[in-house]
Amino acid sequence: MNQRPTAGVPILRLGDVLVSGLLNELDDKSALAFTEELTETIATTGARGVLIDISRLELVDSFVARTLMDLSTTARLLGARVIVAGMRPPVAITLVELGIELAGVETALSAEQGMAALGWYRGASSQERPEP
Amino acid sequence: MTRADGHTAAAPRTTGVPGQTRPQDSTTHTVCTEEDLLHVRHAVRAATVLAGFGIVDQTRVVTAASELARNAYVHGGGGTLTIEIVRRLGTTGIRLTVEDEGPGISDVDAALTDGFTTGAGLGHGLGGARRLMDDFAVRSEPGRGTVVTATRWHTRRA
Repeated sequence: MNQRPTAGVPILRLGDVLVSGLLNELDDKSALAFTEELTETIATTGARGVLIDISRLELVDSFVARTLMDLSTTARLLGARVIVAGMRPPVAITLVELGIELAGVETALSAEQGMAALGWYRGASSQERPEP
Repeated sequence: MTRADGHTAAAPRTTGVPGQTRPQDSTTHTVCTEEDLLHVRHAVRAATVLAGFGIVDQTRVVTAASELARNAYVHGGGGTLTIEIVRRLGTTGIRLTVEDEGPGISDVDAALTDGFTTGAGLGHGLGGARRLMDDFAVRSEPGRGTVVTATRWHTRRA
């Protein structure tokens, strides 16, 4: 039945947060397939948050930027908050020069900080341990 | 063996231009499919590395190439991208020439303005690519295709 092309990007579910990461080679078709897949997963799982790690992306051109913006908006309409994490500094510099601010896209320096913003904390149980 | 200030009869050179190009450093790639877009990015990345560009300049040039190649693919119905490693006054640069035989651009100035789009993009492609490069020229006539030439020099900021 399902003949749609997939982006080949795993989407993991951790409670009510979806975690995914874009690979270096993101062509247009994969970008669109990823958007569809993620949107559908948000709807079926009722996820409240989505973390997209882009630390492997060596290039974000206007097409990929557009994809991230559309994806954030679509997810928000479905009640999920998207955080794009791990943008490489050269990519950030280039995006600004391109004139793209990724308006409406929430970002975090790293996947870890992004997860924290979505309510996930590293070693939540160990924090309760008494200091030695 | 060719020196910038010397005269080597055997070396091919363009006439009257202070920045002499070396044709052997030029490769041309077709841009007719989405796969070609990926291939072009790889080739441009490799050229920037070869030219000794830092990571930020590499990213700028590859991103500009991606925008220009996509324009040729989407709006020009496919075309070619030529990568040249050029030299001028002891400085190395990367020159991209993107050609298509599409409908052309009737108003180049408008097309260079941010937000101008006839397609599904953000409208930052052409103007954005110009900001990412040092030298930028668009030659286009309605019905006769488009040629964009864009160069980034290595030592803009020493």
